[in-house]
Amino acid sequence: MSTKATNILVPVISVILGLIVGAIIMLVSGYNPVDGYLALWNGIFGDLYTVGETLRQITPYLLAGLAVAFAFRSGLFNIGVEGQLIVGWFAAAYVGVAVELPKIIHLPLALLAAAVAGALWGFVPGLLKAKFHVHEVIVTIMMNYIALHVTNALIKTVSGGGDRTESIFASASLRSEFFENLTEFSRLHYGIILALVMVGVMWFILEKTTLGFELKAVGFNHNASQYAGMNVNKNIVLAMVISGAFAGLGGAMEALGTFEYVSSKAGFTGIGFDGIAVALLGMNTPLGVIFGATLFGSLKYGALNMPNAAGIPLEIVEIVIAVIIFFVASGYVIRLFLLRAAKKKEAK
Amino acid sequence: MSFLEVLYFIVPSAIFYAAPLILVAIGGVFSERSGVINIGLEGLMVIGAFVGILFNLFFADTFGNATPWLSLIAAMVAALLLSLVHAVASISFRADQTVSGVAINLLAIALALYLVKKIFGKGQTDFITERFSRNDIPVLSDIPVIGPMFFSSVYYTSVLAIAVAIFAWFVIYKTPFGLRLRSVGEHPMAADTMGINVARMRYVAVMISGALAGIGGAIYAQTISGDFGHATINGQGFMALAAMIFGKWHPLGAMGAALFFGFAQSLSIVGPSIPYIQDIPNVFLLILPYVLTILALAGFIGRANAPKANGIPYIKGQR
Repeated sequence: MSTKATNILVPVISVILGLIVGAIIMLVSGYNPVDGYLALWNGIFGDLYTVGETLRQITPYLLAGLAVAFAFRSGLFNIGVEGQLIVGWFAAAYVGVAVELPKIIHLPLALLAAAVAGALWGFVPGLLKAKFHVHEVIVTIMMNYIALHVTNALIKTVSGGGDRTESIFASASLRSEFFENLTEFSRLHYGIILALVMVGVMWFILEKTTLGFELKAVGFNHNASQYAGMNVNKNIVLAMVISGAFAGLGGAMEALGTFEYVSSKAGFTGIGFDGIAVALLGMNTPLGVIFGATLFGSLKYGALNMPNAAGIPLEIVEIVIAVIIFFVASGYVIRLFLLRAAKKKEAK
Repeated sequence: MSFLEVLYFIVPSAIFYAAPLILVAIGGVFSERSGVINIGLEGLMVIGAFVGILFNLFFADTFGNATPWLSLIAAMVAALLLSLVHAVASISFRADQTVSGVAINLLAIALALYLVKKIFGKGQTDFITERFSRNDIPVLSDIPVIGPMFFSSVYYTSVLAIAVAIFAWFVIYKTPFGLRLRSVGEHPMAADTMGINVARMRYVAVMISGALAGIGGAIYAQTISGDFGHATINGQGFMALAAMIFGKWHPLGAMGAALFFGFAQSLSIVGPSIPYIQDIPNVFLLILPYVLTILALAGFIGRANAPKANGIPYIKGQR
């Protein structure tokens, strides 16, 4: 079997195994898995409204997935997407409420603010990695908590002691009447188009520019890249900055599209961590991210229907997602299994 | 409030918040010293907290006063079993250890909440009735100044945490087991040629980290929160991870760092009633442990070096 085929088979098998484990857990805990998955299916494709909302859910997942995947391609593990997304969310909402400008200036400005905030949050671990060889995983985890507490404090200051900001001005909103009419007034917004454009941007950077070539080279081998005359440190910082910018835009989707405000949070949104799952499942390629985001976004939104329609706690979907990540990470075993199966076939 | 009164107020509360962090950080030391990165500490703590509360609720009538302590054992076993998943993935299946840890974290919180909803029909458990009690330690609490600061109305769980830290230092630095553990984390191939079973050492280390994280989670839930919900642990495991790094992968260092982080945490909670500290915006106290960890890693507060083979799966015969 070719490596390309196994590369695609590993995620597919992982998803199937994840769903099977989910079914077993439902069965053991006294629920009917068929009812459960039917409720999940209807939660995703039930009517135009749910389809619209599912697509809305996929939007930030696309960007979070891109952020993780982009860093991965440069050999960096960005667990900080969550924090970068939160600061992006705040920055976009802040620009959205602070000034009122013509739409043509206001909306891009708010998006830019989110991207810059996310990029800044990615810059710190990037710089520390390049200058002091500090492992980016730990720094980005710490940055997540700093982001959470700092934005909560800023929201309090901006709102004069409250828990959420005002709603943003219409001139900064991504809201789309066209999509609303199309999907029975779901909250689907223009952000999905932007997110898909960003998928194209990532593909373009990685495949068609010198920068992308260097980033990938650094991801494969630091020393070889250095020897070839590339500035490894600059590339590490750049990779984290671009990754952070994608994540910040993911936050802007929530700030300017879905909620149109930012509220203080007791815990994380989870979108950033699910971004890791999206990127892994998508094998860190732009096209793969679309598939990963579609799958996990759909699962996440469809799960909301499970408590009502089948009486099953929606956390079952989170369990399935965790199991899928586990299997994708353990791809070595699946590959080994596939290899043995292929050999057996040949022997016959 | 005089300075001494402030100390009497804040030192016990710092130790109180530090106890779970110490245990979990020590767990992290064991795992990472053997060469397995354990980001899953948070999830292991979550499972410990959940099982601890669950056991306490169900068996409070049967066991009475002893319930919280027995809950610790139940939590330890549960987290140990979950840590085996991480061990299998990262040692036998050669998975990326960070990714596997992330999966453990997602799995633990999802599984715990799923079961909470299944059993209680709502988002959090009931409050426990049997809690750990505070005791004066005999003799020691009568010492002036130090007595009221460290030894009166303490939780025995805090004593346990500090005892475990000292014991862990002894095990890691003064026993053959500890030497093997460290060698497997620094240079597994050399250890292997000397006849040490690398995989087995790593399995044991990860299981120890699971057991300690489970106990830590159960202590946190039974002393600080009193029930279990989605926000019960909320980053304590990551803070323990930070304490482990800040303590430079050394058991006593990790304990010191955990005490300091406990101090920062308690300041952010009791700070508003203490002069001078109440003038500092709360957010600075909240982010202090994380900022310090980053600074420590960057080498501004002494160099922190991870075990050499940390995070690298050992594959026999590979150079």
